[in-house]
Order: sequence, then structure tokens, then C-alpha cells
Amino acid sequence: MSSRALKNVTREDLKDKARLIRRETVRLTDICGSGHYGSSFSMAELVAALYYQFMHVRPDDPKWDDRDRFLLGKGHAAIGLYPVLADLGFFPQSWLDSYTRLHSPLGDHPDVKKVPGADFSSGSIGHNLSVSVGMALGLQRKGSPGRVICMMGDGEQTEGQIWEAAISGAHWDLSNLIGIVDINGAGSDGDPQATMATEPLVDKWRAFGWDVIVLEDGHDLEQVQDALNRALNGPGDKPRCVLAYTVAGKGVSFMEGTWQWHLGFLGPKDLERAYAEIEAGDIG
Amino acid sequence: MADEAAKPATPAVPYMTRELKSGLDLTDSTVTDEFDERSWDMVVSLGLSRQLTTGKTLVDLADAGMDDIVVCTADLGRPTQVETFGRRFPDRYFNFGIAERNMIGAAAGLAAVGYLPVISNYSFFLALMGVENIRNDICYPGLPVKMVGTHSGIAMGFYGTSHHCCEDIGALRTMAGLNLMAPCDGTALSSALKGLIRHPEPIYFRVGRGREAVVYDTAFDFRIGGSNTLREGRHATVFAIGNLVKAALDAADILADEGIEITVVDMYSIRPIDREAIRKAASEHGVLISAEEHNVTGGFGAAIAEVVAEEGLVAKLHKVGMPDQYAILGPPTHLYAHYGLDGPGVASTVRTALSG
Repeated sequence: MSSRALKNVTREDLKDKARLIRRETVRLTDICGSGHYGSSFSMAELVAALYYQFMHVRPDDPKWDDRDRFLLGKGHAAIGLYPVLADLGFFPQSWLDSYTRLHSPLGDHPDVKKVPGADFSSGSIGHNLSVSVGMALGLQRKGSPGRVICMMGDGEQTEGQIWEAAISGAHWDLSNLIGIVDINGAGSDGDPQATMATEPLVDKWRAFGWDVIVLEDGHDLEQVQDALNRALNGPGDKPRCVLAYTVAGKGVSFMEGTWQWHLGFLGPKDLERAYAEIEAGDIG
Repeated sequence: MADEAAKPATPAVPYMTRELKSGLDLTDSTVTDEFDERSWDMVVSLGLSRQLTTGKTLVDLADAGMDDIVVCTADLGRPTQVETFGRRFPDRYFNFGIAERNMIGAAAGLAAVGYLPVISNYSFFLALMGVENIRNDICYPGLPVKMVGTHSGIAMGFYGTSHHCCEDIGALRTMAGLNLMAPCDGTALSSALKGLIRHPEPIYFRVGRGREAVVYDTAFDFRIGGSNTLREGRHATVFAIGNLVKAALDAADILADEGIEITVVDMYSIRPIDREAIRKAASEHGVLISAEEHNVTGGFGAAIAEVVAEEGLVAKLHKVGMPDQYAILGPPTHLYAHYGLDGPGVASTVRTALSG
């Protein structure tokens, strides 16, 4: 088990970064004409804490061998990841302004061939935990301190490949592998638990040999920091899974807890409402 | 790439209107009157996909007494619009969650005990992720499962490579016992399902995102191995499928102004293919153009090339389609123009064919 130093940031800093994620998600969706608000907002505190406090990356050397890797299995939330990568300096801010336009490197899903800082492509649900297993296996064999973090969706838990990957991660004692499940209760056809129930996830991941950390409120930064610290720096020789209970659309009142805003678009007046709520919000 | 990306963005095009919303069932929508006219959520967006007629057609068939129809999807019942069937017949609607391979195997199981399963899912997850299950669970046993693969080609635009599907024809055309059809609009899809629902073999219907231009006003006799000649001309023949049928008709209009007359054939049956239509075009002028929203390698154009070579026809084939590479990102209509998959693009290829 490798552990790495935490970066020195305040809770207010992280709140601001989560605001940045939400504000830019709204702005980029306006450029594009449609966007996954709900999935981006639900992971905002987790992504902010990961990139600004926990992960060791080098924006000026995005392919640094010993970096921590972040794979977004729920790739449709990439709109919430790009602003962070731009803010850290992986690519120019101006790229964001051309989000999804012809020739843009930035599409609805992250693309490892086009986006510096994106550690793998996704968009086909269920693949990235397997890729993460391979990365963790290779890094472990090389003795690298790099950790591999795979953020999945709750709907993604129905993919058989998730459980094939889970079995192999435990079998090879990949203590450098961290799964996070963003349990935001929203999918294409509604609440994933109503479409196809996967709970109790805590029992399933434990039975598959992982150390499980239940994060009861994925928007409470104190809880988020504690859970991520245990997951990334805790003892043990098993892979760890953070079950993060979150709220789809968190931060914009009329989107919170709905599946309808998994994908959508805001007209001018509603856009202003959303910006105002995000700026006034004090999440975390 | 960075330079291209740094260009100023074009503003978002407003495509949602109060008029469009007014024609929709917004029971489940959160976008109430207090919201902007242009705002939409997932419920509202379904109004854009009017050519996805699978759900409505299956309801009609079930209402007419087909008690054995069951519908399977993988967390895409709403986007592919078969939830319409699920609301009407909840006990015959199975949503597997995001678990495509499980869904395909289970559909085979339902067929094996006497039901008539219709799978509705995005083509890239159904045909590409599920290709081995389609082969071993459905095609080899010869089970009469009907598969509707939606959002094919590059219709998903800026969703990116994972959501493009320019390989399904190539993969599925090699499956012994599988019929491969391409209804080009909502009426064609409805005609296809009504005409072929009792066909004893498996069928894959390759359809679009549901936003396609309308080609057919009325239902027609959709036949395995059939085709529809939509326009006749003496200089060249464009064999088209899917979105390219409308593009070919547009090209015919463009070329007519230049004195070029082309035949446009909707080759909706990719496998088996209408060999007689190809023989006819070869004997009349020998200038053939295939047009598809699919990789030109191993796709629909390749199927035509096989016929030309196997039968020793005297003809030259020019292929319109995706080059043998992964598409760049962009809005769908911009991509169609970029890759020549629209009226001007097809017209340009016809001119090249005639000048050669």
C-alpha cells in the first residue's frame, strides 16, 4: 500500500472548486445545446477533493509514469472533469469555449487520445474498472507509488464486467486500486434501483473481496475527505471501494434528486437561476 | 488540434420551442410553465426523436392480438422510445439495466420458450458490445429474436467514439442466419416491424437516432431482399441506406439542375441484398454509387462490390461513407457535411464517378 502526502487546501478552497465544476458545467452545456448536469453535479465535491487535495499529477507532464490515475467510468460526466483539468493547466482554458464544436478535443465523454489529463477514454459503461485493474496491476509490478481511481455510476453496477473486474482486483491484492461509486439515483430510464436493483452494494463489494467505505453524504466535504483518505492512504492489501451516496443535480434546486435532468438544457432565464443558486450555494 | 479548438464557439442553436413542447406528453417532465421556452429535460427531448416508432408499432401489434411479443432493453427504454410499450404492457417489458450481454442472452431464452422478443438498444452497445452473444445465443440457434439497433453511424456526434457505430454492418454481415435491414425513417421502421415480426429467423434492424428527415409518407411492403427505387435517371445509380437515402434524393435535385439524372434506390435490405437491382444498374450505365453512414470497409458498399465481382458485372463502384478511421467530434449535421454524408457530398461523388 502506497500512501502519498495530502496537498494543503482549505475547505473553502474545495467549495470554490466544486462551484467551478457546477458553473462550468452549466456554461459548457449552453455552448453545446445539451448536457449531463445531474451526473456532473453529484460528483463535484468528490472530484474537487481528489484533484486538489489527494491526487499527485503533473499538468506539465500529463503522461508522468508515477502519476495517480483517474478513470471516469461514468464518462458522460466528463463535462464536470474538463474544467478541473483546464484549471490545473493540462490544456488551455480556451479549449473549453469550443466544447463539442467540430474538431474540438472535448466531447461528451473523455477521450485519452484527444484530452491531456484524461487517463482513459470512456462512454461505454462498465469498461473502465477493467482498464483500472490492468493499470493497477502494472503499476504494482513496477513498484510505482501511483494509484488508480475509477469513478463509476450506480447504473454502471449492473454491468457484468464490473464484477469480473472486481473479482480480479481482489484476487491480485491491488491495494493501489480504488473504486468510487457515485450513487446519485439517476439513470437514463430513472432511478437505477427501480430499473434493476443492485443494493445492498456494501455486501456485494465486500463479498467480492474489497474493503468497503460507505460515504453517507458525498457532498459533505469532511466526510468526503475522510473517506478518500481512508481509500487512498489507508492500510491493508485489498482494493478499496467508496460507496458515495450523492444527489443527482446537487446545487440547483429544480434538478436535485431528479432523473429528468440526467440530460437537459437550460434556456436563458433558467440559466441565470442556475448560476445564481450555484454562486449562492454553500455545499460542503 | 489545439488551434482548431481555440476557434470561437458558434452559439448553441435553439431547437426547442413552445410549439414542439405543446405536442408532447409532459406528464413526467419537470419543465413546467415557469421554465423557459427553450429549457428541456429528458422527457421533453424525446420529442425530437420522432422516427423511433418501435414502441408505438409494437403496441399496435400487441393490441391486434400478438400476445407473444416481449420487449427487452438495457436502461435505454426511454431514449429508444420502447417505454411506450412498457407503459401499455408492463408485464411484457423487461429492462435489464445497463447489462447488454445479459439482455441478449435472456432474449434468446425468452425466444427458446416460445416468446417473440424485440430488443431495443443503442446500436453501439447492442451490436458491438454484444456481438458474441448475438452470434452464439441468437444466430447459431436460429432464434427469431428481432433486434433494433438505434443511433447508428455518427448520429451521436459529439458524444464521441464510444457512441459512434460505423462497424455494425461489417460485424453482423458475417453472421450466418442473420438478416440485416436498414429502415431509413419512422414509416420504414414501422413497415419493417409489421411486415417481418413473424419472420422465423433473427433480424437486426439498423436505424438512426430518430431525428432523420422523412422519406416515406405511407407504409410499404418491407421485404427481406427487397429495395425501393425512389427516383429514376439514366446516368448513374445511387444505392443508399439510412440517412443517406434522403441525402441521395437531395443529391438528385442538385444534379438535376446540372443536367445529370440519377436513379436513387433505398436498399433497405443489406443482407440478403437485392442482386437484381444491382444487375439492372450495371446493365443500364455501369456507374454505381453506394452511400452509407458506416465505415466503407466491410460495410454496405462492400456488399454491393461483392455482387459486382461475383457476377462479373461491367460497372465501377464509388463508395460514399465514413473513411477507414474514427470520426472527429462535432454536432451531427456538421459531421455529415464534413464527411460528405449529405446531399452536396453525394452529388460530388456522383460527379467524380461520371467524370472518371
